[in-house]
Amino acid sequence: MDAALLGLSTIIIGVGGCLGYFYFSNLFLDRVLFPPKGENAGRNINRANQIRPWLFVFPAMFALGLYLGYPVFETLRLSLIDRSQDNAFVGFANYNQMFAEAKFWEAMRNNMLWLIVVPAVSTAFGLLVAQLTDRIGWGNIAKSIIFMPMAISFVGASVIFKLIYDARPEGTAQIGVMNAVWMSFEGGIGSFIFLKVFPIILILSFAAMVAYIGYIVLRMAGGVWVMVLKLVAALFSVWMVVLSVQSVWGVATANLPYGEPQQWLTIPFFNNFFLMVVLIWIQTGFAMVILSAALRGIPEETVEAAVVDGANPFQIFFKIKVPQIMPTIVVVWTTITLTVLKIFDIVFAMTNGQWQTQVLANYMYDKLFRANDWGVGSASAMIIMLLVSPILIWNIHNARKEMR
Amino acid sequence: MANLKLTDVAKSYGTVNVLKNIDLDIETGELIVFVGPSGCGKSTLLRMIAGLEQITGGELQIDGMVVNDVPPSQRGIAMVFQSYALYPHMTVRENMQFALKIAKMDAAQIEERVERAAKTLQLHNLLDRLPKELSGGQRQRVAIGRSIVRDPKVYLFDEPLSNLDAALRVATRIEIAQLKEQMPNSTMIYVTHDQVEAMTLATRIVVLAGGGIAQVGTPLDLYERPENEFVAQFIGSPAMNLLPGTIVETGDRTVVDMEGGGRAVSTVPSREADRGMAVNIGVRPEDFVEADGAHIFRGKVGITEALGEVTLLYFEPQGGADPVIGKLQGIHKGLRGQDVALTADPAKVHVFMGTQSLLYRDRPVKEIATKAH
Ligand SMILES: Nc1ncnc2c1ncn2[C@@H]1O[C@H](COP(=O)(O)OP(=O)(O)OP(=O)(O)O)[C@@H](O)[C@H]1O
Ligand SMILES: [Mg+2]
Repeated sequence: MDAALLGLSTIIIGVGGCLGYFYFSNLFLDRVLFPPKGENAGRNINRANQIRPWLFVFPAMFALGLYLGYPVFETLRLSLIDRSQDNAFVGFANYNQMFAEAKFWEAMRNNMLWLIVVPAVSTAFGLLVAQLTDRIGWGNIAKSIIFMPMAISFVGASVIFKLIYDARPEGTAQIGVMNAVWMSFEGGIGSFIFLKVFPIILILSFAAMVAYIGYIVLRMAGGVWVMVLKLVAALFSVWMVVLSVQSVWGVATANLPYGEPQQWLTIPFFNNFFLMVVLIWIQTGFAMVILSAALRGIPEETVEAAVVDGANPFQIFFKIKVPQIMPTIVVVWTTITLTVLKIFDIVFAMTNGQWQTQVLANYMYDKLFRANDWGVGSASAMIIMLLVSPILIWNIHNARKEMR
Repeated sequence: MANLKLTDVAKSYGTVNVLKNIDLDIETGELIVFVGPSGCGKSTLLRMIAGLEQITGGELQIDGMVVNDVPPSQRGIAMVFQSYALYPHMTVRENMQFALKIAKMDAAQIEERVERAAKTLQLHNLLDRLPKELSGGQRQRVAIGRSIVRDPKVYLFDEPLSNLDAALRVATRIEIAQLKEQMPNSTMIYVTHDQVEAMTLATRIVVLAGGGIAQVGTPLDLYERPENEFVAQFIGSPAMNLLPGTIVETGDRTVVDMEGGGRAVSTVPSREADRGMAVNIGVRPEDFVEADGAHIFRGKVGITEALGEVTLLYFEPQGGADPVIGKLQGIHKGLRGQDVALTADPAKVHVFMGTQSLLYRDRPVKEIATKAH
């Protein structure tokens, strides 16, 4: 059958089936099971009304149970057995095997990188755009354009960015924007400013920011737990500062291959960021829409009161507006975090985990469907779930608090 | 501790003129109340003084300095908003500290000022609460506290009591009056819809209407000597009755033959040339008394409203759409349907010619809305 026809008939059967289910099940309830007549009419109406919600909820509960609930337990079971040994129970052998693999830790490390960078950058950009477009006439047009990537599938976006990162042999025209720009650097003063001074300033300001945040956290008062948290945060910021200084040294001393087209996606470590750009490009629109609505919800009078109190635009933004929409920022942040933890399509379509860009979801896919190693594949799936669950629960908790 | 001077101030949004020709001198230590019908530009004028709205014409001086283009925070003003506008994520203490911290005042001084304001407004046990944990009245006090700590030259209030219930409104009104007494040198400008607030709090009232000032004066001035029909009807409740007639005698006393058949005598002087002119006689409902002989108005009582201390009598309209209203002291039963003749003390009879009171006949007539209610 023709694909379009097949699609159409699927829609008709699907929608018709749903309507039919609700219509006939309710009909059955009202006419046959508890008809609102006879001697027990009143009692029957009450009973029918008690059952009716379940008629509506049941299909969703059933589908969710079958396709989400059951697989969790089945995956757990699969991660604890070995199919090649007649489904024998092997305990944590699959997990141990996985933990011994370098590729798994690479995926873990990359996932953590994604986790730190993408939600933060997307939320920050989203907030920035939402604030900047709030008052200008063409703000809505700008917003629509920034929102548009949301409509593109991850794979589609990956294809677009693959073209941006594309490399052609030296001497031919570069169709990739990145290489076209890169080829215009020839090692002169302009290149020095853009590729040495500028990145160094960027890294140093990042280091300064991390150090400042660490300093603020250290000054917070609190009990034992807060002390522990403070210590962890402080160590983390020290580590970040050390890393930054190292990379400043690296940038300063690096000998850049001017004039040669680069295969961007094969440059270890940095290629992760080239992949992240795709997701940031998509998620900024999402963050912008939600945060822009939240910013609109701030009472204008509190902003005016701050103006009278002498606050400048930055103070108004950071001390009056941002704190008021903090709950929304947290929800946006965690929602993007969830997307990032499950990230698969972009890596799959652009590098397939090569050149040290592996992430957990793609690792799982590799194991399960390419290596046919059901044990390790399921084990990695369980790890992803373990990472996602707490954030998911927290996210739902926050979202519900928002709604109240 | 400041005087304000508005010279020919105007405001327009594009081609829409909201306010024009506003001339006003406000002395140090005055409490000026802006009143007027909804949409007449009270808030707009206040916000122009605050610096939250651009002044599109004329000049605003605070303490002799033109401040048209000075940002709000440097005008030495503080504003209390109708919805309080407390920062919801900050405690009461932080709300009050905010402006001082922005101004980089040192911590000890901030602490001292907050303490002092908290003492004045009895906010001590609320300092560590968030605004959402406070009642309406308490929020209002915090909003006032937030302006007190800044020690401004001019306080601006935009309908600060309109979100409170009736009882709390009276209590807070008295608190504001006491606050004003404690700070005799601070200048306050207060916008309200509520006549009682205006009459009780104001040193002077500014009645705004139709984009301009209808009259400025002390509360009793406005009540006893309204400049035009608009102010006459706007101040006082129920509104002043306006009855048409023709001047028949002039001089120190003016005598008017009423269209409805009566005759009114007023102590307002008139000129010989006024004889035969059509005028409106204004009598407040509470100034009407039952007439033995000559009457100003005679009619059949329609509805009566017994309020206990007074009884309101509604008569058929005469020369206008509004019913004529009389207000008698005490309880009067069984007046309904009766024919009643009313008159008034000549000192309390106002005469308006072409909407302007004869008392102010030398002042230029103002373009104002024709109806108060
Ligand atoms: N941004 C604006 N653009 C055009 N007209 C405006 C704007 N803001 C206010 N106005 C108009 O200015 C006039 C005065 O408004 P303002 O808020 O000062 O009235 P108000 O006297 O405070 O009324 P209320 O007693 O209802 O608070 C209104 O007629 C309003 O429609
Ligand atoms: Mg207003």
